[in-house]
Amino acid sequence: MKHRTFFWFVLPTLSAMILFIALPIVSVFIQSLFVEHEQVLVVSESCGPFGCNPTTTVDIEATEKLREEQPLGRFNGLGTYFDRSHLALADIGEAWATSESLGEFWSKVYNLPFYNALTFTLAYTFIVTPLVLVLGLAIAVGVNNLPRALKGLAIFISLLPFLVTPLVGSLILFWMVDGDGVIGATIQRLFNDPTLSLKASTPLMWIMLMVYGVWHTLPFSFITFYAGLQTVPEDTMEAAQIDGASKWQSMIHVVVPHLMPLVSFVTLMMIMDNLRVFEPIVSFKAEAHARSLSWIIFNDLRESGNPLYASAGATSLITIIIVVILMMPVLVRTWRDFTRKSH
Amino acid sequence: MFLRKLATVTTFVGLMGSAAYAANCGPEGQSIRILASDFPAIHAVAGTAEENCAGGASEFSTNHTTEARQIMNAALTPNPSEYTSVILANSTLTQLMNDGLVRPLNDLVEKYGENISPNLLITIDGNVMAVAFMANSQHLFSRTDILEQAGFEGIPATYEEVLEAAEMIRAAGIMEHPIVMNLSAGDGGWNLAEVFNMIYLGHGGEFFEPGTAEPAINNEKGLATLEVMKALAGYAHPDHLTHASNETQGLWEAGQAALGVMWGSRGAPILDDEGSSEEVTSNTVLSAAPTVGGGSIPAATLWWDGISIASNVSDEEAEATFAALVSALTPEMVAANNDDAVWLLNGYQPGPAAAGVSATAQGGAKPYPMIPQIGILHAALGKELSDFLKGDESAEQALADVEASYRTSAKEAGFLQ
Repeated sequence: MKHRTFFWFVLPTLSAMILFIALPIVSVFIQSLFVEHEQVLVVSESCGPFGCNPTTTVDIEATEKLREEQPLGRFNGLGTYFDRSHLALADIGEAWATSESLGEFWSKVYNLPFYNALTFTLAYTFIVTPLVLVLGLAIAVGVNNLPRALKGLAIFISLLPFLVTPLVGSLILFWMVDGDGVIGATIQRLFNDPTLSLKASTPLMWIMLMVYGVWHTLPFSFITFYAGLQTVPEDTMEAAQIDGASKWQSMIHVVVPHLMPLVSFVTLMMIMDNLRVFEPIVSFKAEAHARSLSWIIFNDLRESGNPLYASAGATSLITIIIVVILMMPVLVRTWRDFTRKSH
Repeated sequence: MFLRKLATVTTFVGLMGSAAYAANCGPEGQSIRILASDFPAIHAVAGTAEENCAGGASEFSTNHTTEARQIMNAALTPNPSEYTSVILANSTLTQLMNDGLVRPLNDLVEKYGENISPNLLITIDGNVMAVAFMANSQHLFSRTDILEQAGFEGIPATYEEVLEAAEMIRAAGIMEHPIVMNLSAGDGGWNLAEVFNMIYLGHGGEFFEPGTAEPAINNEKGLATLEVMKALAGYAHPDHLTHASNETQGLWEAGQAALGVMWGSRGAPILDDEGSSEEVTSNTVLSAAPTVGGGSIPAATLWWDGISIASNVSDEEAEATFAALVSALTPEMVAANNDDAVWLLNGYQPGPAAAGVSATAQGGAKPYPMIPQIGILHAALGKELSDFLKGDESAEQALADVEASYRTSAKEAGFLQ
């Protein structure tokens, strides 16, 4: 394709991407460099039904004047990125200097909000993604081998978890694992411990969130692999059979290599999807045990009277950088495949 | 009684506002747009205002939403703003005042305030910023039958007695987890932090260095507060870190708890004949929030709900909105909705459901502080206290974390340098 034609061809997409993806990111970045103006406080007295109390209030006029002079706020540079709520370099340095063992150092780092959330987010991503890949493939192969009459029904049932809104799906599971719910009560009976609670223990809460994540995203990988299985060439399969390959061998040596591009695609989507894990944490009221990067952003913006835009912006950009780093191997692989084919 | 005294102040003037006289709705043809929380008492006030004054207005709309706290600042910022009035509480008034989004009501109160007793006016340096109409607070709920069965006499008056009673109930094998409290770490941990606030104030604690935004909770009183919270959590349902009002009310109505610290507004739904058994409702007694650590005032924060008027609307709209809402604050409205709230208005007959809030207010509990940066400290407490309650870190570490987290956010919000 000529460069000129190509340019006109991608122009609509390109301009949409700049308008809706690049510019918002730039805007978030700029906002993350500024913090609120100094709030001018004045001492006053407040009275109400329960008596009078000395208090402080914000001097609106003085604060407004500051705001008008510099609408973006005070320039803080990358200060927000390195404060205690984010990369916390100073706190990490101090933890390193004062800790006697690696375990102690780690527990101090884990106590910092950003690293705490990062730990859960990465653990979630790296446990859920492979499980979804393997189980999705297994279900796809299973459904593919079913008699024709049952296939339609099996596909429909396998897709169901995807049809449930995440917030609702996790809320249903949350009620089921309650001590009075069907799963919670069964587990209590199984272990003969009436005080056993899935919601009270951090490891069990993590497991529950991950099980939910697998359950919810499985249909995506299943349906992608199932579609891929329809394209496995019959000739190659027959040749493998004639060579005496067992079902398992032809699966590993023929089907899986054939599906490799799809595996890259599903991995890419899963990493992006799992890194933004959020809804189940809210539905499970799991904040005491697990927080994710997305949850931190949400919580910063929800401090109703004082939304922390810089803080949320900084976390967003750090998350974007982490996504890029994590996807690098898959992207490199896709790039190599692409250049190899084009030669 | 505290509430009756509040109510009788307006006995004579209150009659003038009764329905026998046509409601005074102020300027006609104005647009009245109200943002409010979603519970029965607020519906009663906004609904009565609509009945009285919708006829003369060009538009009368009410948005009842549990998200009111989250959207009010954004909704009131544009000029003209999305709503002409927000029905709000202590903490949300501060939140709006920080951005200068509500107007002083002095002249409107003079013109339309014949129903309003002076102690309902929320004044800040002489400016009336809101008009309160109901009170709320968390306080103690007790099951007298279970306390008796366990051998505890009377009703606990201090948190130490609450713990003692809980231990007696557990030892007698009646319940393993007799206490329910709103300790949820969900939604940013608002409930969890509020329990800290109550018990900390009960110890006589101060949140900030006076007159500044420097936090002052990392001290003996803060440590004592966390110790009490941990002890209480030990007798609470294992899922307590996910329990907010709906869950605690559910456990109580199911008869699975004997001692509860819950909101007064849950009193009426618990005592009514729906959702629970006769055994539970007939033996549930509401009393003042317990004192703690030898303190003399109930460990609680008092809340009011009231009317405010937006800054960014025309004076006529503001006047019409205020007149409409004030026209609802009559003895008739109170009589028709007597058990929906602990009304601060004339005509209120405090029933058993109001006993707890009334006793807590009378005992001299502190109101929830109206300090501009309290929301940031509240959020920091909500984020950082769950590690301590789970047993993952020490009380000292938890309080240090709260202060560090507060400082970081307060610097970004401009309260600290």
